[in-house]
Amino acid sequence: MTLTVDEIFDQICELIKPFNKKNVTISKDTIFSVDLELDSLTVMDLLSEIEDEFDITVPLNILPDLETVGQFTDAVQKLLANK
Amino acid sequence: MTLDLFEKFNPILNEYNSLPNGEANPFTVSMEKVLSPTTAIINGRETVLAGTNNYMGMTFNAECMEAAQEALTALGTGTTGSRMLNGTYNSHKRLEETLKEFYGTKHAIVFSTGYQANLGIIATLAGPKDYVVIDADSHASIYDGCAMGNATVVRFKHNNPENLDKRLARIRRDDPKAGILVVLEGVYSMLGDQAPLKELTKISKDHNAYVLVDEAHSIGVFGETGRGVAQEQGVEDQVDFIIGTFSKSVGTIGGYCVSNEPKFEALRLVCRPYMFTASLPPSVVASATKALELIANTNLRSKLLGNSMRLNRGLSRVGFEMGTTGESPIAAIIVDDQNTAIAFWGEMIKEGVYVNLALPPATPNRLNLMRCSLSAAHTFEQIDFMLEKFELVGKRLGLLEEISESALA
Repeated sequence: MTLTVDEIFDQICELIKPFNKKNVTISKDTIFSVDLELDSLTVMDLLSEIEDEFDITVPLNILPDLETVGQFTDAVQKLLANK
Repeated sequence: MTLDLFEKFNPILNEYNSLPNGEANPFTVSMEKVLSPTTAIINGRETVLAGTNNYMGMTFNAECMEAAQEALTALGTGTTGSRMLNGTYNSHKRLEETLKEFYGTKHAIVFSTGYQANLGIIATLAGPKDYVVIDADSHASIYDGCAMGNATVVRFKHNNPENLDKRLARIRRDDPKAGILVVLEGVYSMLGDQAPLKELTKISKDHNAYVLVDEAHSIGVFGETGRGVAQEQGVEDQVDFIIGTFSKSVGTIGGYCVSNEPKFEALRLVCRPYMFTASLPPSVVASATKALELIANTNLRSKLLGNSMRLNRGLSRVGFEMGTTGESPIAAIIVDDQNTAIAFWGEMIKEGVYVNLALPPATPNRLNLMRCSLSAAHTFEQIDFMLEKFELVGKRLGLLEEISESALA
Protein backbone atom coordinates (compact mmCIF):
# COMPACT_ATOMS: atom_id res chain seq x y z
CA MET A 1 0.00 0.00 0.00
CA THR A 2 1.51 3.31 -1.06
CA LEU A 3 0.53 6.41 0.86
CA THR A 4 -0.10 9.61 -1.08
CA VAL A 5 1.69 12.81 -0.10
CA ASP A 6 -1.58 14.19 1.28
CA GLU A 7 -2.12 11.11 3.42
CA ILE A 8 1.42 11.38 4.80
CA PHE A 9 0.85 15.08 5.48
CA ASP A 10 -2.39 14.35 7.35
CA GLN A 11 -0.73 11.68 9.48
CA ILE A 12 2.17 14.01 10.32
CA CYS A 13 -0.32 16.74 11.28
CA GLU A 14 -1.92 14.27 13.72
CA LEU A 15 1.49 13.57 15.27
CA ILE A 16 2.24 17.30 15.56
CA LYS A 17 -0.98 17.94 17.55
CA PRO A 18 0.48 17.20 21.02
CA PHE A 19 3.43 19.49 20.20
CA ASN A 20 1.19 22.27 18.84
CA LYS A 21 0.62 24.08 22.13
CA LYS A 22 -0.74 27.27 20.51
CA ASN A 23 -3.10 25.52 18.08
CA VAL A 24 -1.42 27.00 15.02
CA THR A 25 -3.08 26.00 11.73
CA ILE A 26 -0.66 23.61 10.07
CA SER A 27 0.20 23.93 6.38
CA LYS A 28 3.08 22.56 4.37
CA ASP A 29 4.84 25.91 4.86
CA THR A 30 4.61 25.80 8.65
CA ILE A 31 8.13 26.20 10.08
CA PHE A 32 8.82 24.09 13.17
CA SER A 33 11.18 26.51 14.89
CA VAL A 34 9.29 29.71 14.05
CA ASP A 35 5.56 28.98 13.72
CA LEU A 36 5.39 26.12 16.22
CA GLU A 37 8.25 27.48 18.36
CA LEU A 38 9.74 24.01 18.72
CA ASP A 39 13.38 23.71 19.79
CA SER A 40 15.65 21.18 18.12
CA LEU A 41 15.19 18.63 20.92
CA THR A 42 11.42 18.70 20.51
CA VAL A 43 11.76 18.27 16.75
CA MET A 44 13.90 15.19 17.45
CA ASP A 45 11.15 13.82 19.72
CA LEU A 46 8.61 14.41 16.96
CA LEU A 47 10.93 12.66 14.53
CA SER A 48 10.93 9.64 16.83
CA GLU A 49 7.09 9.52 16.68
CA ILE A 50 7.23 9.74 12.90
CA GLU A 51 9.69 6.84 12.72
CA ASP A 52 7.33 4.60 14.68
CA GLU A 53 4.18 5.78 12.87
CA PHE A 54 5.58 5.02 9.41
CA ASP A 55 7.96 2.22 10.48
CA ILE A 56 10.97 3.91 8.87
CA THR A 57 14.43 5.06 9.93
CA VAL A 58 14.76 8.85 9.76
CA PRO A 59 18.47 9.67 10.15
CA LEU A 60 19.24 12.64 12.40
CA ASN A 61 21.64 13.68 9.64
CA ILE A 62 18.82 15.04 7.47
CA LEU A 63 17.29 17.11 10.27
CA PRO A 64 19.11 20.37 9.44
CA ASP A 65 17.43 20.36 6.00
CA LEU A 66 13.92 19.89 7.39
CA GLU A 67 12.53 23.25 8.42
CA THR A 68 8.91 22.95 7.35
CA VAL A 69 6.13 20.39 7.66
CA GLY A 70 6.15 20.09 3.85
CA GLN A 71 9.86 19.20 3.82
CA PHE A 72 9.21 16.60 6.52
CA THR A 73 6.37 15.14 4.43
CA ASP A 74 8.57 14.89 1.34
CA ALA A 75 11.35 13.23 3.34
CA VAL A 76 8.97 10.64 4.77
CA GLN A 77 7.61 9.92 1.28
CA LYS A 78 11.14 9.36 -0.02
CA LEU A 79 12.07 7.11 2.90
CA LEU A 80 8.86 5.08 2.43
CA ALA A 81 9.68 4.61 -1.25
CA ASN A 82 13.15 3.25 -0.36
CA LYS A 83 11.82 0.86 2.29
CA MET B 1 20.74 37.00 4.94
CA THR B 2 23.24 39.16 6.74
CA LEU B 3 26.92 39.98 6.59
CA ASP B 4 27.09 39.90 10.38
CA LEU B 5 28.46 36.55 11.53
CA PHE B 6 27.35 37.32 15.07
CA GLU B 7 23.70 38.16 14.37
CA LYS B 8 22.66 34.55 14.92
CA PHE B 9 23.80 34.81 18.55
CA ASN B 10 21.42 37.67 19.39
CA PRO B 11 18.74 35.50 21.02
CA ILE B 12 21.22 33.80 23.36
CA LEU B 13 23.00 37.09 24.08
CA ASN B 14 19.66 38.67 25.02
CA GLU B 15 19.00 35.82 27.41
CA TYR B 16 22.51 36.10 28.82
CA ASN B 17 22.18 39.85 29.31
CA SER B 18 19.02 39.40 31.33
CA LEU B 19 20.92 37.41 33.97
CA PRO B 20 21.62 39.06 37.32
CA ASN B 21 24.78 41.16 37.57
CA GLY B 22 27.61 40.60 40.01
CA GLU B 23 28.20 37.53 42.09
CA ALA B 24 24.69 36.13 41.47
CA ASN B 25 25.53 35.58 37.80
CA PRO B 26 26.12 31.83 37.46
CA PHE B 27 28.27 32.14 34.34
CA THR B 28 30.91 34.53 35.65
CA VAL B 29 31.87 32.72 38.84
CA SER B 30 35.54 31.97 39.40
CA MET B 31 37.53 30.35 42.18
CA GLU B 32 39.92 32.77 43.83
CA LYS B 33 41.61 29.99 45.75
CA VAL B 34 40.99 26.27 45.93
CA LEU B 35 41.56 25.05 49.47
CA SER B 36 40.73 21.36 49.12
CA PRO B 37 38.63 19.02 46.94
CA THR B 38 35.53 20.36 48.72
CA THR B 39 36.28 23.99 49.62
CA ALA B 40 37.32 27.16 47.78
CA ILE B 41 37.35 30.92 48.22
CA ILE B 42 34.71 32.47 45.93
CA ASN B 43 33.85 36.20 46.11
CA GLY B 44 36.13 36.42 49.15
CA ARG B 45 34.05 33.84 51.00
CA GLU B 46 34.93 30.31 52.04
CA THR B 47 32.56 28.15 50.00
CA VAL B 48 31.61 24.49 50.12
CA LEU B 49 31.96 22.97 46.65
CA ALA B 50 28.91 20.83 45.95
CA GLY B 51 29.17 20.57 42.18
CA THR B 52 32.62 19.54 40.96
CA ASN B 53 32.60 15.89 39.66
CA ASN B 54 35.48 15.34 42.10
CA TYR B 55 33.86 12.07 43.17
CA MET B 56 36.90 10.54 44.87
CA GLY B 57 38.46 13.80 46.05
CA MET B 58 41.58 12.89 44.06
CA THR B 59 42.63 16.44 43.14
CA PHE B 60 44.55 16.89 46.38
CA ASN B 61 45.54 13.27 46.99
CA ALA B 62 49.09 13.35 48.43
CA GLU B 63 50.38 10.42 46.35
CA CYS B 64 48.90 11.80 43.11
CA MET B 65 50.34 15.25 43.77
CA GLU B 66 53.76 13.81 44.56
CA ALA B 67 53.73 11.73 41.36
CA ALA B 68 52.72 14.80 39.35
CA GLN B 69 55.42 16.97 40.94
CA GLU B 70 58.11 14.38 40.27
CA ALA B 71 57.06 14.09 36.64
CA LEU B 72 56.94 17.86 36.28
CA THR B 73 60.49 18.18 37.56
CA ALA B 74 61.84 15.25 35.56
CA LEU B 75 60.01 15.71 32.25
CA GLY B 76 58.92 19.35 32.06
CA THR B 77 55.63 21.16 31.66
CA GLY B 78 54.38 19.68 28.41
CA THR B 79 55.13 17.36 25.49
CA THR B 80 54.63 19.97 22.74
CA GLY B 81 53.59 17.28 20.29
CA SER B 82 51.16 14.67 19.09
CA ARG B 83 51.20 11.05 20.22
CA MET B 84 52.04 10.29 16.56
CA LEU B 85 55.20 12.40 16.64
CA ASN B 86 57.25 13.47 19.66
CA GLY B 87 54.40 13.32 22.19
CA THR B 88 54.63 9.69 23.32
CA TYR B 89 56.75 9.31 26.45
CA ASN B 90 57.27 6.04 28.29
CA SER B 91 54.85 7.35 30.89
CA HIS B 92 52.02 7.61 28.30
CA LYS B 93 52.59 3.96 27.48
CA ARG B 94 52.70 3.08 31.18
CA LEU B 95 49.37 4.86 31.68
CA GLU B 96 47.86 2.77 28.88
CA GLU B 97 49.28 -0.37 30.53
CA THR B 98 47.70 0.71 33.82
CA LEU B 99 44.33 1.16 32.07
CA LYS B 100 44.61 -2.32 30.54
CA GLU B 101 45.27 -3.78 33.99
CA PHE B 102 42.46 -1.71 35.53
CA TYR B 103 39.90 -2.99 32.98
CA GLY B 104 41.46 -6.36 32.17
CA THR B 105 41.39 -5.52 28.45
CA LYS B 106 43.91 -6.12 25.70
CA HIS B 107 43.99 -2.54 24.44
CA ALA B 108 43.85 1.02 25.72
CA ILE B 109 44.26 4.36 23.98
CA VAL B 110 44.63 7.63 25.90
CA PHE B 111 43.23 10.89 24.51
CA SER B 112 43.91 14.43 25.67
CA THR B 113 40.32 14.89 26.91
CA GLY B 114 37.25 12.74 27.45
CA TYR B 115 35.40 14.87 24.92
CA GLN B 116 37.99 13.99 22.29
CA ALA B 117 37.77 10.30 23.17
CA ASN B 118 34.06 10.25 22.29
CA LEU B 119 34.57 12.51 19.31
CA GLY B 120 37.41 10.41 17.94
CA ILE B 121 36.11 6.91 18.61
CA ILE B 122 32.54 7.50 17.39
CA ALA B 123 33.46 9.57 14.33
CA THR B 124 36.20 7.15 13.29
CA LEU B 125 34.63 3.75 14.03
CA ALA B 126 31.36 4.42 12.24
CA GLY B 127 32.01 5.21 8.57
CA PRO B 128 29.74 6.34 5.71
CA LYS B 129 27.97 2.99 5.32
CA ASP B 130 27.56 2.36 9.05
CA TYR B 131 25.01 3.39 11.66
CA VAL B 132 25.45 5.01 15.07
CA VAL B 133 22.50 4.50 17.37
CA ILE B 134 22.49 6.82 20.39
CA ASP B 135 20.39 7.42 23.49
CA ALA B 136 18.30 10.61 23.25
CA ASP B 137 19.91 11.99 26.44
CA SER B 138 23.49 11.45 25.28
CA HIS B 139 26.23 13.88 26.31
CA ALA B 140 27.18 16.63 23.86
CA SER B 141 30.47 14.87 23.05
CA ILE B 142 28.49 11.88 21.72
CA TYR B 143 26.24 14.07 19.58
CA ASP B 144 29.33 15.91 18.34
CA GLY B 145 31.10 12.64 17.53
CA CYS B 146 28.08 11.76 15.40
CA ALA B 147 28.11 15.16 13.71
CA MET B 148 31.82 14.85 12.91
CA GLY B 149 31.50 11.36 11.41
CA ASN B 150 29.83 10.23 8.23
CA ALA B 151 27.60 7.46 9.56
CA THR B 152 23.81 7.49 9.60
CA VAL B 153 22.71 8.62 13.05
CA VAL B 154 19.62 7.20 14.74
CA ARG B 155 18.35 8.17 18.17
CA PHE B 156 16.31 6.07 20.60
CA LYS B 157 14.25 7.05 23.64
CA HIS B 158 16.32 7.44 26.80
CA ASN B 159 17.02 4.09 28.53
CA ASN B 160 14.16 2.46 26.60
CA PRO B 161 15.06 -1.11 25.46
CA GLU B 162 11.89 -1.57 23.38
CA ASN B 163 12.47 1.68 21.51
CA LEU B 164 16.08 0.65 20.78
CA ASP B 165 14.93 -2.79 19.62
CA LYS B 166 12.49 -1.26 17.11
CA ARG B 167 15.17 0.96 15.63
CA LEU B 168 17.78 -1.78 15.34
CA ALA B 169 15.21 -4.12 13.77
CA ARG B 170 14.36 -1.47 11.14
CA ILE B 171 18.01 -0.84 10.32
CA ARG B 172 18.63 -4.58 9.95
CA ARG B 173 15.48 -5.00 7.81
CA ASP B 174 16.61 -2.30 5.37
CA ASP B 175 20.36 -2.92 5.58
CA PRO B 176 21.16 -6.49 6.77
CA LYS B 177 24.93 -6.10 6.44
CA ALA B 178 25.47 -2.63 7.89
CA GLY B 179 27.93 -2.05 10.72
CA ILE B 180 26.08 -0.68 13.75
CA LEU B 181 27.54 1.03 16.83
CA VAL B 182 25.18 1.49 19.79
CA VAL B 183 26.39 4.23 22.14
CA LEU B 184 25.29 4.20 25.80
CA GLU B 185 26.34 5.90 29.02
CA GLY B 186 26.82 4.05 32.30
CA VAL B 187 25.45 6.95 34.31
CA TYR B 188 23.62 9.91 32.76
CA SER B 189 25.15 12.88 34.48
CA MET B 190 22.26 15.27 34.94
CA LEU B 191 19.99 12.97 36.99
CA GLY B 192 22.49 10.22 37.80
CA ASP B 193 20.34 7.44 36.37
CA GLN B 194 22.03 4.24 35.21
CA ALA B 195 21.46 2.63 31.84
CA PRO B 196 19.79 -0.81 31.99
CA LEU B 197 22.86 -2.31 30.36
CA LYS B 198 21.72 -5.93 30.62
CA GLU B 199 18.67 -5.31 28.43
CA LEU B 200 20.32 -2.79 26.12
CA THR B 201 23.44 -4.88 25.42
CA LYS B 202 21.33 -8.03 24.88
CA ILE B 203 19.16 -6.27 22.29
CA SER B 204 22.24 -4.79 20.60
CA LYS B 205 23.93 -8.19 20.39
CA ASP B 206 20.72 -9.82 19.10
CA HIS B 207 20.93 -7.40 16.17
CA ASN B 208 24.66 -7.93 15.73
CA ALA B 209 25.63 -4.42 16.79
CA TYR B 210 28.76 -3.25 18.61
CA VAL B 211 28.25 -1.61 22.00
CA LEU B 212 30.15 1.39 23.36
CA VAL B 213 29.57 2.50 26.96
CA ASP B 214 30.72 5.90 28.18
CA GLU B 215 31.61 5.48 31.87
CA ALA B 216 32.69 9.10 32.43
CA HIS B 217 30.53 9.54 35.53
CA SER B 218 30.77 5.94 36.74
CA ILE B 219 34.49 5.11 36.70
CA GLY B 220 35.60 4.94 40.32
CA VAL B 221 32.02 5.15 41.52
CA PHE B 222 30.44 1.82 40.58
CA GLY B 223 31.61 -1.79 40.32
CA GLU B 224 33.66 -3.85 42.71
CA THR B 225 36.98 -2.41 41.50
CA GLY B 226 35.54 0.88 40.25
CA ARG B 227 35.37 0.05 36.55
CA GLY B 228 31.87 1.41 36.30
CA VAL B 229 28.31 0.38 35.57
CA ALA B 230 29.19 -2.42 33.13
CA GLN B 231 31.11 -4.08 35.95
CA GLU B 232 28.38 -3.32 38.49
CA GLN B 233 25.72 -4.90 36.26
CA GLY B 234 27.96 -7.81 35.26
CA VAL B 235 27.89 -7.18 31.49
CA GLU B 236 31.50 -6.26 30.72
CA ASP B 237 31.77 -9.20 28.30
CA GLN B 238 28.88 -7.71 26.28
CA VAL B 239 30.56 -4.31 25.88
CA ASP B 240 32.98 -3.80 22.97
CA PHE B 241 34.32 -0.36 23.86
CA ILE B 242 34.48 1.51 27.14
CA ILE B 243 35.16 5.24 27.08
CA GLY B 244 36.14 7.16 30.14
CA THR B 245 37.68 10.30 31.48
CA PHE B 246 40.39 11.28 33.94
CA SER B 247 38.60 14.55 34.70
CA LYS B 248 36.19 13.30 37.35
CA SER B 249 37.04 10.44 39.75
CA VAL B 250 40.66 10.42 38.53
CA GLY B 251 41.02 14.11 39.43
CA THR B 252 42.91 15.49 36.44
CA ILE B 253 42.15 15.66 32.69
CA GLY B 254 42.28 13.27 29.76
CA GLY B 255 40.17 10.55 28.17
CA TYR B 256 40.56 6.97 27.08
CA CYS B 257 39.01 4.04 25.28
CA VAL B 258 39.64 0.38 26.21
CA SER B 259 38.68 -2.66 24.18
CA ASN B 260 39.48 -6.27 23.32
CA GLU B 261 38.91 -5.76 19.59
CA PRO B 262 41.88 -7.43 17.79
CA LYS B 263 42.43 -4.52 15.38
CA PHE B 264 41.88 -1.79 17.97
CA GLU B 265 45.40 -0.35 17.63
CA ALA B 266 44.52 0.69 14.05
CA LEU B 267 42.68 3.63 15.58
CA ARG B 268 46.02 5.25 16.41
CA LEU B 269 46.60 5.61 12.66
CA VAL B 270 43.20 6.95 11.64
CA CYS B 271 41.59 8.71 14.59
CA ARG B 272 42.05 12.43 14.02
CA PRO B 273 41.21 13.74 17.54
CA TYR B 274 43.97 11.37 18.74
CA MET B 275 46.48 12.31 16.05
CA PHE B 276 46.11 16.04 15.56
CA THR B 277 46.46 17.38 19.07
CA ALA B 278 49.24 17.48 21.66
CA SER B 279 49.46 14.61 24.12
CA LEU B 280 48.83 15.01 27.84
CA PRO B 281 51.54 16.75 29.92
CA PRO B 282 53.76 14.37 31.95
CA SER B 283 52.45 15.61 35.32
CA VAL B 284 48.87 14.85 34.27
CA VAL B 285 49.89 11.41 33.03
CA ALA B 286 51.67 10.68 36.31
CA SER B 287 48.76 11.69 38.57
CA ALA B 288 46.25 9.80 36.39
CA THR B 289 48.36 6.64 36.59
CA LYS B 290 48.66 6.91 40.36
CA ALA B 291 44.95 7.69 40.82
CA LEU B 292 43.90 4.63 38.78
CA GLU B 293 46.01 2.43 41.03
CA LEU B 294 44.38 3.97 44.10
CA ILE B 295 40.82 3.77 42.72
CA ALA B 296 41.04 0.05 42.01
CA ASN B 297 41.70 -0.64 45.69
CA THR B 298 39.73 2.07 47.44
CA ASN B 299 36.84 1.78 49.85
CA LEU B 300 35.71 5.34 49.08
CA ARG B 301 32.78 4.17 46.94
CA SER B 302 30.50 3.40 49.88
CA LYS B 303 31.49 6.67 51.58
CA LEU B 304 30.59 8.59 48.39
CA LEU B 305 27.21 6.92 47.93
CA GLY B 306 26.49 7.32 51.65
CA ASN B 307 27.15 11.06 51.29
CA SER B 308 24.86 11.28 48.29
CA MET B 309 22.07 9.38 50.04
CA ARG B 310 22.32 11.75 53.03
CA LEU B 311 21.93 14.84 50.82
CA ASN B 312 19.19 13.30 48.64
CA ARG B 313 17.15 12.13 51.64
CA GLY B 314 17.59 15.46 53.44
CA LEU B 315 16.48 17.51 50.41
CA SER B 316 13.49 15.25 49.86
CA ARG B 317 12.53 15.36 53.55
CA VAL B 318 12.23 19.16 53.65
CA GLY B 319 9.93 19.05 50.63
CA PHE B 320 11.97 19.72 47.50
CA GLU B 321 10.88 18.13 44.24
CA MET B 322 13.69 15.67 43.54
CA GLY B 323 15.20 14.76 40.19
CA THR B 324 17.47 12.12 41.75
CA THR B 325 17.14 9.17 44.11
CA GLY B 326 20.50 9.01 45.87
CA GLU B 327 21.67 5.88 44.09
CA SER B 328 24.38 7.85 42.26
CA PRO B 329 26.68 10.69 43.42
CA ILE B 330 24.21 13.22 42.00
CA ALA B 331 21.61 15.12 44.01
CA ALA B 332 19.38 17.45 42.01
CA ILE B 333 16.24 19.37 42.89
CA ILE B 334 13.80 20.46 40.20
CA VAL B 335 12.86 24.14 40.09
CA ASP B 336 9.87 24.73 37.83
CA ASP B 337 10.56 28.36 36.95
CA GLN B 338 13.84 29.17 35.20
CA ASN B 339 14.26 32.62 36.76
CA THR B 340 13.69 31.14 40.22
CA ALA B 341 16.35 28.53 39.46
CA ILE B 342 18.82 31.27 38.47
CA ALA B 343 17.96 33.25 41.62
CA PHE B 344 18.33 30.08 43.70
CA TRP B 345 21.86 29.65 42.40
CA GLY B 346 22.71 33.27 43.29
CA GLU B 347 21.36 32.91 46.83
CA MET B 348 23.28 29.65 47.36
CA ILE B 349 26.60 31.17 46.30
CA LYS B 350 26.02 34.10 48.66
CA GLU B 351 25.34 31.58 51.44
CA GLY B 352 28.65 29.84 50.70
CA VAL B 353 27.58 26.79 48.68
CA TYR B 354 28.60 26.26 45.06
CA VAL B 355 26.16 24.04 43.14
CA ASN B 356 25.57 23.53 39.42
CA LEU B 357 22.76 25.41 37.74
CA ALA B 358 21.66 23.11 34.93
CA LEU B 359 19.19 24.45 32.38
CA PRO B 360 17.65 23.18 29.12
CA PRO B 361 18.80 22.12 26.56
CA ALA B 362 21.60 20.56 28.66
CA THR B 363 19.02 18.81 30.86
CA PRO B 364 16.57 15.98 30.10
CA ASN B 365 12.85 16.79 29.79
CA ARG B 366 13.62 20.55 29.81
CA LEU B 367 14.09 20.57 33.57
CA ASN B 368 15.70 23.42 35.52
CA LEU B 369 17.99 21.77 38.04
CA MET B 370 19.99 22.79 41.07
CA ARG B 371 22.45 19.96 40.78
CA CYS B 372 25.03 18.75 43.27
CA SER B 373 27.69 16.15 42.58
CA LEU B 374 28.97 14.67 45.81
CA SER B 375 32.51 13.68 46.72
CA ALA B 376 33.82 10.98 49.01
CA ALA B 377 35.86 13.83 50.48
CA HIS B 378 32.74 15.65 51.76
CA THR B 379 32.18 15.36 55.48
CA PHE B 380 28.71 14.88 56.96
CA GLU B 381 29.12 18.38 58.46
CA GLN B 382 29.54 19.81 54.95
CA ILE B 383 26.51 17.92 53.68
CA ASP B 384 24.40 19.15 56.60
CA PHE B 385 25.65 22.68 55.81
CA MET B 386 24.45 22.25 52.19
CA LEU B 387 21.08 20.99 53.47
CA GLU B 388 20.71 23.93 55.86
CA LYS B 389 21.40 26.41 53.04
CA PHE B 390 19.13 24.63 50.55
CA GLU B 391 16.28 24.80 53.06
CA LEU B 392 17.00 28.44 53.93
CA VAL B 393 17.05 29.53 50.26
CA GLY B 394 14.09 27.28 49.40
CA LYS B 395 12.02 29.08 52.03
CA ARG B 396 13.37 32.50 51.07
CA LEU B 397 12.29 31.98 47.44
CA GLY B 398 8.95 30.46 48.40
CA LEU B 399 9.76 27.03 46.95
CA LEU B 400 9.17 25.18 50.20
CA GLU B 401 6.22 27.30 51.37
CA GLU B 402 4.30 26.82 48.13
CA ILE B 403 3.34 23.30 49.11
CA SER B 404 1.88 24.19 52.49
CA GLU B 405 0.11 27.29 51.10
CA SER B 406 -1.63 25.34 48.36
CA ALA B 407 -2.52 22.67 50.90
CA LEU B 408 -4.16 25.35 53.07
CA ALA B 409 -6.09 26.82 50.15
